[in-house]
Amino acid sequence: MILVLLLLCAFFSAVTWTEQAPTGEAAAKQVVEAVLASSSPGARVLVVAGEQPGEADFVARAERDLAAAGRRVVATAVGEPRQAREALQKIQADGQTLEAIAATRVAGGWRILQDVASEFPSLGHPRVVVPRSHRWPNFLKSENLLNIANQIAVIAIVAIGMTMVIIAGGIDLSVGSLIALSAVLAAGFIRDHAGGVNASALGMTLGCLGAIALCGVVGAFNGLMITRFAVPPFIVTLAMMLVGSGLAYLLARGQSIYQVPESFVRLGRGADLFGLPNAVLLMLALYGAAQVLMSRMTLGRHLYAVGGNAEAARLSGVPVRRVLLFAYSVSGLLAGVGGVVMASQLKSGSPTYGNMYELYVIAAVVVGGTSLSGGEGRMLGTLTGAFTIAVIQNGMNLTNVESYTQKVVLGLVILGAVLLDKLRQSRGLRTL
Amino acid sequence: MSPASPGAPLLALDGIVKSFPGVRALRGVDLRLEAGEVLAVLGENGAGKSTLIKIIGGAQQADSGTLLLDGRERRFRSPQEARAAGVAVIHQEFNLVPALTAVENLFLGQEPTRGGLVDRRRERSEAEALFRRMGVEIDLDLPCRRLSTAQQQLVEIAKALLFEARILIMDEPTAALSAHEVEKLFAIIGDLRRRGLGILYISHRLEEIFTIADRVSILRDGMRVADRPMGGITRDEMIEHMVGRPLDQEFPARDRTPGETRLEAVDLRRGDAVRGVSFRLRRGEILALTGLVGAGRTETARLLFGADPRDAGDIRLDGRPLDLQSPRDAIREGIGFLTEDRKLQGLVLRHSIRENFGLPNLDRWSRRGFVGLRRERAELARHVDALRIRLADIEERVGNLSGGNQQKVVLAKWLARDCEVLIFDEPTRGIDVGAKHEIYLLMNALVAAGKSILMISSELPEVLGMADRILVMHGGRITGEIPDARHATQEQILRLAHP
Repeated sequence: MILVLLLLCAFFSAVTWTEQAPTGEAAAKQVVEAVLASSSPGARVLVVAGEQPGEADFVARAERDLAAAGRRVVATAVGEPRQAREALQKIQADGQTLEAIAATRVAGGWRILQDVASEFPSLGHPRVVVPRSHRWPNFLKSENLLNIANQIAVIAIVAIGMTMVIIAGGIDLSVGSLIALSAVLAAGFIRDHAGGVNASALGMTLGCLGAIALCGVVGAFNGLMITRFAVPPFIVTLAMMLVGSGLAYLLARGQSIYQVPESFVRLGRGADLFGLPNAVLLMLALYGAAQVLMSRMTLGRHLYAVGGNAEAARLSGVPVRRVLLFAYSVSGLLAGVGGVVMASQLKSGSPTYGNMYELYVIAAVVVGGTSLSGGEGRMLGTLTGAFTIAVIQNGMNLTNVESYTQKVVLGLVILGAVLLDKLRQSRGLRTL
Repeated sequence: MSPASPGAPLLALDGIVKSFPGVRALRGVDLRLEAGEVLAVLGENGAGKSTLIKIIGGAQQADSGTLLLDGRERRFRSPQEARAAGVAVIHQEFNLVPALTAVENLFLGQEPTRGGLVDRRRERSEAEALFRRMGVEIDLDLPCRRLSTAQQQLVEIAKALLFEARILIMDEPTAALSAHEVEKLFAIIGDLRRRGLGILYISHRLEEIFTIADRVSILRDGMRVADRPMGGITRDEMIEHMVGRPLDQEFPARDRTPGETRLEAVDLRRGDAVRGVSFRLRRGEILALTGLVGAGRTETARLLFGADPRDAGDIRLDGRPLDLQSPRDAIREGIGFLTEDRKLQGLVLRHSIRENFGLPNLDRWSRRGFVGLRRERAELARHVDALRIRLADIEERVGNLSGGNQQKVVLAKWLARDCEVLIFDEPTRGIDVGAKHEIYLLMNALVAAGKSILMISSELPEVLGMADRILVMHGGRITGEIPDARHATQEQILRLAHP
C-alpha cells in the first residue's frame, strides 16, 4: 500500500511542478545576499516592492539587512510603478547615483525598472536585483505536506480505534457522530461552565477530557450490547450513530458553538515541537502506542485472534468479551479525541462535524490493507491508508479539480487501491 | 448409459502428472474405475489423493497424462464441465447453502420453471421420488443447516443423482457419521453400485474399506504403489504400502497403572444433551468416552471445560470443586481441550503457526502485557521437534499445513501449557496412519508422565486399542462402563451404544 501512496505523491509532484519564487523575508534575504556580493560597503541601494501582502515584509527585512551590512538604502518605493518612478526621479534630481535596486519579483517585472538604464542614464547603471526563482512542485512544499498531515489527523486518529474494531471482526459506524458529540460537548462545556472566551487552560482541559470520556462510555455501551446481548455490531453502532448525532444537535440546539478562547486552537493549529503541528504529533504518538499494542502485547494478539476465529480464541482461553469491549471503548475514546482536535482546529463545536467520517475512516482502514472479515491488518497500514486519501484530496485541490469530481475520483481510487492490494497478495501467494 | 467404446473402463487415468511450485503432487498416476465398482483410494495426507480428486472433478488441470471417460479422452477445465460429463464430487465440506431447504439445494442453479417462475410443485415431487428411490426420509422443508451431517450428505448424494452422475467421488464420507449412519450410507452406496455407478471412495478408516470397496489403489508420494482387489490384500499390507515401511504395532503398548482420582464429574446436566453424567478420571489414565454422534459426548466435554454453562452438577479436581465460568477458568485449572473440529474451533486458520501455538500460552511468556517473542519461538521450536511437525516456517499460515500437522499444532498448544487433564475429542479424525501412530505414542507418554486423558472417539478400534477404561453414552446418559478395555469387544460397545 505504501507503494500506491508513493506513486500518488510522485504523480502529484509531477503535475504541480511549477516556478517557485520566494516572497517576503525569504526573498529579501536572497536579494540582499546578491546585492552584497556585487557591491562594496557604502553602496547606494533603492528598495522597490509592490503592494501585495508580504511585500512589506520584504522591504522591512531588506532595509534592515542592507543597513546592517553597511549599504545605504537611499529610498524605498512601495506600491505601484508610479511610486518607483517618483523615487528614481527624486534621486536623479538630487544628482545622486545608485549601485543597485533591490526589487521583489513583482516589482522587478515593471517596465520602469527594466528601462532604468535608458530612462535615467545619470544614475550610473544600477543593477536591478530580483529574487531568483526555482522549479519545485507545489505539492512537495513543506507547508503543503504539513497541511496534508494536519488535514488528515482527525480521520487518522479515529481510524486507530476502527482498525482495532475491524481486526477484532466488528465495525463501528458511530464514530462520525461521536466526533460531533465530542466537539459539541467540549465547546459547550467551555462556553457554559468554564467562562466562554475567557476560559482558563484548566477549564478547557476539563471540557475536552470530559467529552472524550463520554465518547468512551458510548463506545463501551456499544461493546456491551454486542458482547452481552449478541446484537450485531452493524446494528448497534448504526443505532448509536443516530443517537449520537441527534444528541449533538440537541445539546448545541442545532447551532455552532463559537464562544471559546483564542488559545483553544493550540491543540489543533499550534506547533510547539520541531515546527510539527500539535495535532500531527498527537496522531503520531497515538499510532506509535497502537502499533506497539497490536504487534507486541497480549491484548493485540487477542484482538487478532478474536477477529480470526472467535470460537477458537474462546476455547484457547481468550476473554473474548473483554477484548471486544476494549476495542469498542477505544474506538469511542478516539472518536472523542478526534472531535476535540477538530473543534480546536475550527475553533468551534458544531453538530455537523464528522458527518460521513465513519465512511472515510473505514476507507482509510481498508485501503490500509485490513480485511473487513477480521483477523488481519496492520496499524501502520491504516496510517498509510489515511495518508493516501489525504494526498488524493490535496492533490486534486492543488490541480483545481472541482469538488464533485473529487468525490468520484476518490471513490474510484479507493476501489483501485484495494484491488491492487488484492492482486499483489494473490501473486505473492502464488510465488510462495 | 451405454459406453461409447465397448469394453473400455468407465474412467481411465494414464500417467497423470501435476506439479505445484516446489512440490510434485502427482508423478504419473494410473487409475481404472469400472462401472458398478467401488474403488477405494488410500494414502497418507500429502500422498496426492486430494490433487487426484481435483483433477478428475475438474477443479485443477493435469500438467500431462490423459483422462479417458468411456474410452474417450476428456479434459475438464472446470467443475461444471466435469459435472456435465457425469462426474460428481462430494467433499468433506458440503456444498450446500445452509439457509435453503433440501429441495432448494437440490435444484440450485437448475430450477425447473413454468412461465418464468420456479415450478415448486415439480421440484418437490422429483425430490420426493429421488429420496424414496434412495430409501431415505428427509424433512424437505427444513433449512439444511438444521439437518444432521448424515442427512446433509444424503442431500449431496441426491444432488449427484439428480444430474445423473455416473462417477461419484466421495472424500471421507464417514468422517462425521455414527456407526448406524455409516451402515445406512453403505446400503445406499451398494445400491448405487448395482445401478452401474462407478464410485471412488476415499477414507482413512481401513475397516470400512474392507466392508465397502471392491478394489483398492494406494498412493504414496504422488505415485500409485499398489492396486489390488480387496480379497488380495491384508490390512497390514495396506498400511505398509501407505507408509512405505512395515509398521510397528498400530496401537503402541504402555504400562497401565492408573493412580488416584483427579477429575470427577457429578451428575452434570445441560438441557437434553447431557442428562446426569457422573464419572471419575484417574491419574495416568486414558478414559474413553464413546457412543453415537449426538449421544452427548462432546457436550459433556464442553461442560468440563467451561465452554458451555451447566444446568446442574459438580466438577471436582483433586477433590476440590471447580467453578468454571469460561474456558479461561478451566485452562487456569490445568484442563486442556483438543476440539473435535480443529478448523472451526481449534485453530485460527489464517494466522501463523506461531500465533496459534501462543494463543493459550501468552500469559506464560508475557510480562506486563508484552509478549515474550523469544521465549515463544524457543518453546515452539522445542515442540516442533518433539512432535515432528513438518513445516517450512513457523510464520506460515496454519491453514496451509496438512490435517495431521494441523492437529499436531493444536496438540502443541496444549502440551506447552503442561495441562494436568486433557480432553481429546476425536484426536485422530481425518489424519493419516503415520500421524495417528505418533499421536498415540504421545498420548502414552502423557499418561506415563502422570497426566490424565479423557478421549472421545467414534473409532472403535482406537477406543479398544488406546483406552484403559471405556464409558459408553447414549441420549445424554452414560449407558455403560467397561472397566478393562483390553478385554472388551466392538460388539459389547455397540450394544451399549444402542440400548
